[in-house]
Amino acid sequence: MDMFDDIIINIRKLNFSRGDRAIFRGLDIRIPRGKVTAIMGPSGTGKTTLLKLIGGQLLPDSGRIELDGANIPTLSRRDLFEVRARLGMLFQSGALFTDMSVFENVAFPLRVHTDLPEDMIRDIVLMKLQAVGLRGARELMPSELSGGMARRVALARAIALDPHLVMYDEPFTGQDPIAMGVLVNLIRRLNQALGHTSIIVSHDIKETLGIADYVYLVSDGSVIAHGTPKELAQVESEQVRQFMQGLPDGPVPFHYPAGEYRAELMKGV
Amino acid sequence: MLDQIQALGRYGLTRLGAVGRSGMLLAHVLVARPQPLKMFPLLLKQIYFVGVLSLVIILVSGMFIGMVLGLQGYTILVDYGSEQAVGQMVALSLVRELAPVVAALLFAGRAGSALTAEIGLMKATEQLSSLEMIGVDPYRQIIAPRFWAGFICMPILSAIFAIVGVWGGALVSVDWLGIYEGSFWANMQHSVDFYEDILNGLIKAVAFGFVVTWIAVFQGYDCVPTSEGISQATTRTVVYASLWVLGLDFILTALMFGDL
Repeated sequence: MDMFDDIIINIRKLNFSRGDRAIFRGLDIRIPRGKVTAIMGPSGTGKTTLLKLIGGQLLPDSGRIELDGANIPTLSRRDLFEVRARLGMLFQSGALFTDMSVFENVAFPLRVHTDLPEDMIRDIVLMKLQAVGLRGARELMPSELSGGMARRVALARAIALDPHLVMYDEPFTGQDPIAMGVLVNLIRRLNQALGHTSIIVSHDIKETLGIADYVYLVSDGSVIAHGTPKELAQVESEQVRQFMQGLPDGPVPFHYPAGEYRAELMKGV
Repeated sequence: MLDQIQALGRYGLTRLGAVGRSGMLLAHVLVARPQPLKMFPLLLKQIYFVGVLSLVIILVSGMFIGMVLGLQGYTILVDYGSEQAVGQMVALSLVRELAPVVAALLFAGRAGSALTAEIGLMKATEQLSSLEMIGVDPYRQIIAPRFWAGFICMPILSAIFAIVGVWGGALVSVDWLGIYEGSFWANMQHSVDFYEDILNGLIKAVAFGFVVTWIAVFQGYDCVPTSEGISQATTRTVVYASLWVLGLDFILTALMFGDL
């Protein structure tokens, strides 16, 4: 497949567990460069954990996570911080610095990683804010923003340094339809305009499939299906269909394991 | 029985783990390659939050404690006809004990709890993670300036507490109860020794500032990032810091004045 001639991230045989619970068991994922790749799956499958592993915030039990050939888990702290300067991440909550204005939030990565003069920083920040439509909100504090606006500011901050790779952690969760549409468009447009690679972790099927070039479906610690959105719609597996069509019952049961219903009702206190 | 031993063991291990992590945090803060130019504005801001905003509570408490000391000292000493020694009593008890200890307790309640809650909230709202992902070390950006600010402010607050306390004592015993002003100040001047009293008091304040701020930043950094976790961490900061201050005070007093 031509899409995979040039891959930016190569995850091989990744194992990770929290306490006794295995989150990933032999996970294999390849992310093609310059594309929008979605990683989807039910809540609790460790999608956010995967982004933290890619960012080197967590260490896997075993396996390789290669970013442009460098194995993230074995990097020194200093090298890791250098790699991270080339990554952008949009956190679920936005994670804006609450003691800084919108302008300062977006300027922060520039101030830390570059020695640009102040007027140039100002220009870059205004350009990034213009891209997300919030140039006029630059003097506001994060507490004065709506959820959707906060996420757009966070997006402007994530792309401030023109990263090679932008990771989106549940970008659509808890957004009203308008904000959601705005974000979907932004992610797609920015990906095309800036030419970076995007990874979206999400369980909003419709929105994500609308902009993804390639999709990985993760459940129970490994990839259960992958392909283009079109290919995925054709997959016969019941597990995949339950998720893609949002059916309440199926391989993932509606009921938490419990005793027999009638017997429990009859038993009394 | 076996269950209880197991529970005890688990409790011990968790505690030991926390001690280890707090040691790591301290090591990171102390050895973090200092970048004075970048650190200075952050430090200044924290000195404002930690120190300047604690001033009111320190001033008011110092004032009242000094006044109470003057009043109590007078009622006891007047029975022996030695009320002139009130100045000496007020100054010595403030400089040696009350200023560092009470200022540290107030500092733990005012600034320590605020530090824990702030850092905990930053953790819960992923601000610390996002710093890491931007490629900035949170130890350097968040923890170190707060730690050093507490370390710097605490001795100064303690000194201010002592000064205001002495003034409050004078207000009550000289201006209100009518002790002769000359003997009040002269007795004080005569009996308070710079090395023995003032320096030892300052050393205590430095030690307390170190411990209280360390506990506060660690509890914030190590908290469970939920609203419940933050409230528990804040409580722990005040409780642990207060107990450490009182315990450490006894040890330091024994070393300084116990002729051991």
